[in-house]
Amino acid sequence: MRYLPLTPDDRRAMLAKIGAGSIDDLFRDVPQSARNAKFPLPPHAGEIEVERTLTKLARENVAAGSEPFFCGAGAYRHHVPASVDHLIQRSEFLTSYTPYQPEVAQGTLQMLFEFQTQVALLTGMEVANASMYDGSTAAAEAVLMAQRITRRGRVVLSSALHPHYSETIRTLAELHGALVMPPVTPGRAEDLASLIDNQTACVVVQNPDVFGMLRDLKPIAEAAHAKGALLIAIVTEIVSLGLIEPPGATGADIVAAEGQSIGNGLNFGGPYVGLFATREKFIRQMPGRLAGETVDANGRRGYVLTLSTREQHIRREKATSNICTNSGLCALAFTIHLSLLGEEGLKRLARLNHARAVQLADRLCKVKGVQLVTAIFFNEFTLKLPKPAVEVVDALAGKGVIAGVRASRLYPHERSASDLLIVAATELNTDDDIAAYQTALAEVV
Amino acid sequence: MSETRYTDQHEWIRTDGGTATVGITKYAAEQLGDVVYVELPTPGKKLAAGGEAAVVESVKAASEVYTPASGEVTEANDALAAEPAKVNADPEGAGWFFKMKLANAAELSKLMTKDQYDKFVKGL
Repeated sequence: MRYLPLTPDDRRAMLAKIGAGSIDDLFRDVPQSARNAKFPLPPHAGEIEVERTLTKLARENVAAGSEPFFCGAGAYRHHVPASVDHLIQRSEFLTSYTPYQPEVAQGTLQMLFEFQTQVALLTGMEVANASMYDGSTAAAEAVLMAQRITRRGRVVLSSALHPHYSETIRTLAELHGALVMPPVTPGRAEDLASLIDNQTACVVVQNPDVFGMLRDLKPIAEAAHAKGALLIAIVTEIVSLGLIEPPGATGADIVAAEGQSIGNGLNFGGPYVGLFATREKFIRQMPGRLAGETVDANGRRGYVLTLSTREQHIRREKATSNICTNSGLCALAFTIHLSLLGEEGLKRLARLNHARAVQLADRLCKVKGVQLVTAIFFNEFTLKLPKPAVEVVDALAGKGVIAGVRASRLYPHERSASDLLIVAATELNTDDDIAAYQTALAEVV
Repeated sequence: MSETRYTDQHEWIRTDGGTATVGITKYAAEQLGDVVYVELPTPGKKLAAGGEAAVVESVKAASEVYTPASGEVTEANDALAAEPAKVNADPEGAGWFFKMKLANAAELSKLMTKDQYDKFVKGL
């Protein structure tokens, strides 16, 4: 079958109808300099040559798994059991898209229901949706939701919220009200309470924060609630909830989190999986799909999509969200991995992460001039170095140690961030990795 | 003396002195099917005629409910939160949405009478 969407006659008729002389006329708003841009690409090459060239280019990268690796700051390298990859690659999961009659795919809905249950239990909240695009867009959706619930616009952001998250919030929510943020004070408490007024929709706080420090959310929740504002808790390292108190127990009204750490690789920064949970009383303002458990006419258990009237295929421009994407396959990987771990397994994994990080911090702080900035942490902490972090990171990379994420990458305009290095340790870091880091750091600073 | 008027968006408004009660018509309730949720305005909210006042949700659709007249909301029918089915059972009685203090009672004269509305529905 030939598929010819438009004939030249069709095109001419359509252009004449709207009064455009040619297709190029439709692009008049694009500056001339940006049109027909010339890229310095080599000429056409055969498959063998392309493969050879790209393999050579790829060899210039260092893979996260090939050297001692200590980067975190929102993306964490954890072990993903082979069984997770094997199961998610079953074609029933891998190639199926959201069916337009969703109830036909009972397996997909059951898996989403299990996922929601896990997210609600982990975060200590009453309801969770079937996943969002990633942690940062989940955070922005949480802000929009708080603005709808409170009918207020102002948003207070912790300055230790991951800057990529703040930027995403700025992109999606700033039109609805001012965003305010206290000064950046790594490793120290910040005064959020005084920024909350009775026009504030929500306070957004990450725990552990971007520097790795553990926060006490309770006083912030109380300060927010006293002014009628909501507390949005952000979690970028979801494994931390195996060890620390869930945000739901500390007064959070909405939890937005990144789920990559469980079941998902670093994936070059994506696809990731956004987790989103809230209190039942706010469910009608929640974005995203929601799978529910019910019984059919014969009393047998079945799954359905529920509360769909929040969604844009019904509610159009008044939908609770216009980001249609969730991360079904990443959510599936999350659910399989978490099911394999179980409650006890997750706790053990979290303890192991914390123990590795404590061991690493102790060893690195033995190096002269290196100080720990974050006194209380989970599996990530911030060091103050006697030299600019950019030099230290480069020098350590030369010695085969990927030392962490320098704070100045995330806070390019904060001069005080220049000597700060954010370092993460997981169950994958061995004693040898830690020793190699200590030795290399001592040589560099 | 009370009088009920109708809009072409299928809301009814019943006046009793300076206050009025607003709901959706039997025809609207039948078209929506089983109502599962109603979002009501909070007392004190000021509404302009024709503006959005409430949202009514059935199993497969959600619709805005517009206020037939301008004024201030004095009471919402909180019983609908627990029992939204009242909207289907008795749309022009126990299934009322909210009460309001009218800003300008003359606005009602522009709305349809019962006879006019019944004819309007027949023509749909």
